[in-house]
Amino acid sequence: MVERLIPTALVEDNKFCPGCGHGIINRILAEVLDEMKLTDKAIGSMAVGCACLMVDTFGVDWIQSPHGRAAALATGIKRCRPENPVFTYQGDGDSMSIGFSETMYAAFRNENITAILVNNGIFGMTGGQMAPTSLPGQKTVTSPMGRNTDLTGQPLNIINQMKDLNIGYLARGSVTSIKNINRVKKYIRNAFETQMSGGGYSMVEILSPCPTNWKMMPDKSLEHIDNTVTTYYPLGEYVKKGGDSNE
Amino acid sequence: MSKKDSKKSVLTLHPERCKGCRYCIPTCPKDAISVSEKINQKGYKPVMVDMETCIGCGSCYTICPDYVFEIKEVQ
Ligand SMILES: Cc1ncc(C[n+]2csc(CCOP(=O)(O)OP(=O)(O)O)c2C)c(N)n1
Ligand code: SF4
Ligand SMILES: [Mg+2]
Repeated sequence: MVERLIPTALVEDNKFCPGCGHGIINRILAEVLDEMKLTDKAIGSMAVGCACLMVDTFGVDWIQSPHGRAAALATGIKRCRPENPVFTYQGDGDSMSIGFSETMYAAFRNENITAILVNNGIFGMTGGQMAPTSLPGQKTVTSPMGRNTDLTGQPLNIINQMKDLNIGYLARGSVTSIKNINRVKKYIRNAFETQMSGGGYSMVEILSPCPTNWKMMPDKSLEHIDNTVTTYYPLGEYVKKGGDSNE
Repeated sequence: MSKKDSKKSVLTLHPERCKGCRYCIPTCPKDAISVSEKINQKGYKPVMVDMETCIGCGSCYTICPDYVFEIKEVQ
């Protein structure tokens, strides 16, 4: 049996709501950094959103980016510090709404950075507004009758936007079960291994519950991801080129 | 028995970190986790573990968003 000790980057209790997926994802990320011996060298490009609650609790070097610009900031950090592992940690609103352009162009340029994109289908921190990732019919404070896709388009599938680009690694996981959590951990590890071997852009999108703004109990939130959210956002590895991204 | 085999996985609980999401309860294969009646400093009723039933498998560690569980190896 293996020891399961709190990884070193988790320096304080997190500040997320009860049942929030960010807490699980923070721990997986911290475990991967420890196992790859990267915790002391990692530099995070911090998003705006509930991700920014990590500034006091997740013990790596951070730079706070303006809303949506984490991939552009990470690009600058990586180009100045090519030896350091550089990652973004962003919500869906940050990375796929206000920062869609920066997110896409970092992938388009095949920047050698890792993007961790936490998709909870909503603007969590600001109180539950509709995001481009919200599901058809989803009730939010700005779509009280449910998301109308005739007016607002279909849910934004970022992996479909990226999967034909020349990038190193692309995967989508969820945190709804032990099996899925272990898979996401493998994906995050693959992403950092891609970066550390110079393999180009790596991104892991993670479907994550926001029980507070979904107005759902935590257990129902996990069921909702398994039964409904994954039908719009299928799980799996989409691009896996290892260190060979420029062929 | 080899030295390695004589090690045991033992759970350490940090109930002060628990926010009461209850993800761990259905995840435990031994049904060793239940809810305490006491309220912790954060204002939630934390989980508690029946140490006699717990096998130290670490499922609770994996699902917990709040780092309430650790599994340590002891001789
Ligand atoms: C330029 C700018 N516009 C708007 C905001 C308000 N704002 C703060 S967090 C946020 C949404 C974050 O949502 P998401 O990225 O999905 O993260 P979550 O909280 O859901 O994890 C918004 C719109 C801001 N801080 N700055
Ligand atoms: S608002 Fe949602 S995303 Fe933010 S901490 Fe709470 S549950 Fe997590
Ligand atoms: Mg969000």
